[in-house]
Amino acid sequence: MKEVDIAVIGAGPAGLSAALACGKSGATTLLIDFMDAPGGQLIKQTHKFFGSERQFAGTRGIQIPSIFINQLSQMPNVQLVLGVNASGYYADSGVLTLEDGGKFIKVKAKRVIIATGAGEKALAFENNDLPGVYGAGAVQTLMNAYGVKPGNRVLMVGSGNIGLIVSYQLIQAHVQVVSLVEAAGRIGGYLVHAAKLRRAGVPILTSHTIVRAIGEETVRGAVVAQVDQSWQAVPGSQREVACDVICLAVGLTPLVDMMWQAGCEMKYVPALGGHVPVRDENMRASNPAVYVAGDAGGVEEASSAMISGEIAGISAAVSLGFRAQDADARLALLKSDLAAIRSAPAGEKIRAGIMSAMACGGER
Amino acid sequence: MVRLKEHPILDFPPGREVAFTFNGKEIRGVEGEPIAAALHAAGVRVLRHSPVLGRARGFFCAIGTCSSCLMTVDGVPNVRVCTEPLTQGMVIETQKGHGHLPID
Repeated sequence: MKEVDIAVIGAGPAGLSAALACGKSGATTLLIDFMDAPGGQLIKQTHKFFGSERQFAGTRGIQIPSIFINQLSQMPNVQLVLGVNASGYYADSGVLTLEDGGKFIKVKAKRVIIATGAGEKALAFENNDLPGVYGAGAVQTLMNAYGVKPGNRVLMVGSGNIGLIVSYQLIQAHVQVVSLVEAAGRIGGYLVHAAKLRRAGVPILTSHTIVRAIGEETVRGAVVAQVDQSWQAVPGSQREVACDVICLAVGLTPLVDMMWQAGCEMKYVPALGGHVPVRDENMRASNPAVYVAGDAGGVEEASSAMISGEIAGISAAVSLGFRAQDADARLALLKSDLAAIRSAPAGEKIRAGIMSAMACGGER
Repeated sequence: MVRLKEHPILDFPPGREVAFTFNGKEIRGVEGEPIAAALHAAGVRVLRHSPVLGRARGFFCAIGTCSSCLMTVDGVPNVRVCTEPLTQGMVIETQKGHGHLPID
C-alpha cells in the first residue's frame, strides 16, 4: 500500500493552495482530482479576481491553476494524480481508496485535507427537472471551459454575484439573457456587476421568481411572477417568458460526503450553504487526521478558498512535525487576510456562519 | 452557431475532431471535451429518461456531482457524461432504467 504524509482531495483553488503549503513544509504529499485537468472551478472563471495580490487580485481565474502547477511540479515530495476519483476514506485505519480507470488503489495517509468544493443548489418549481434547466456553474463550464453555447435565450434566476457574472459572461458569448429574476426585493450581488447587465439592456426583475418551466422534453419557456413579502406569487402577475435555458444561480452547498464518512462532527449552518464539519481555526475537523479547506468547509469564494487551503496545508504539516521556516508568521498573515475578506458588510453572514461552525456541540 | 469562435477573453483553438455514435447515429465532437458538451453542441439535450416516471433529463451541474446526466458509454452504464472525456469511436447510448453492468 502506498503511504504518504498528507493526501489532499480536490485540486481546485483550496486543494492546490493546500498542496503547495504541504510541499513547502517537506511532507510527502499526494494531490488527487477526478478531473483530467487541475483547477476545479477556476477553469471557467474568466473574470479578474478582486482583493489582495497574495490571492492573485487582477489575475483571471483561468490563469491561476498553472501558477500553482508550475511550483508543485518542481517539488519532488509532491505527487499530483489526475483523472482519479477519491472514492472512500476509512477513518479507523486512515486508508483512502482511489479509483483509477477501473483499478482500485489504497493509500495510507497520516493526514487528509478535504478540498472537495461545493455543488449547485436546485430550486423547487414545476418542471424544474426539464433538460435546459441548468445550474449557473454548468452554463459557465459549457461556455467558458468548452466553448459550447448553452442555448440562445436564457432566463437567469438569482442576482447574487454568480447570477450577475454568469449573465454577463453569457452576453460575452453572444447569448441573449432575456431577463434576470430575483425573489428578494433587492439585488444580491455587487452593483458594479448589475450595472453592466443594465447597460447591456437586461431587465433585472426584483421581487420576482420562476413559477414553472414550460416544455415537454426540453425547456421552451418559463412562467415568472411577482412575489409578495411572504414569497407568495401575486395573483394576476404571472407571465410567460420565451427561453431555451433556465439558469439557476441560487447558491451552492458544500460537498461533504467524505467528511461524513470520516466520522467528522458535522453541523448544519445555512449561512455556509448546508452541512459543514465543525473545525478549529486551523481548519482541523473533529477527526484529528482530517482537515477541511475551501468551499467544502462552507461556501465563500475562490480567494478565501486559497487562504483556508494554505492554512489547512501548513497546519496539517505542522501537526506531523513538518514546519516551514515561516510557518507561524504565514499562518498569522493568512488568518488576517481571511478576516479582511470577511469584514465587508456582505461578509456578515459568513462570519456568523464560521463562528457557528467553530463552536462544538449545540444544535445539530 | 453553437460553438464559440470569437470571444472577448477566451480562445478556443480548434481541437481534434473525433467521431462517436449516439444511439447508433454518428456525431462528431472534439477529443477530450466532456461527452455532454459534444452532445449539446450537436443539439442533443435529452440525455436519459427517469427510471420510474420516464421524465426527460439533461445535465444540471456539469461538474460531476448531481447524477442527472448518467448514460451508457461503451457498454458501461451510469457514466457521468458531463465530466467523461470524449474519445474517438465512443459508443454513447441513453440507458434504460437503472442500467445493467456488462457481463464478461
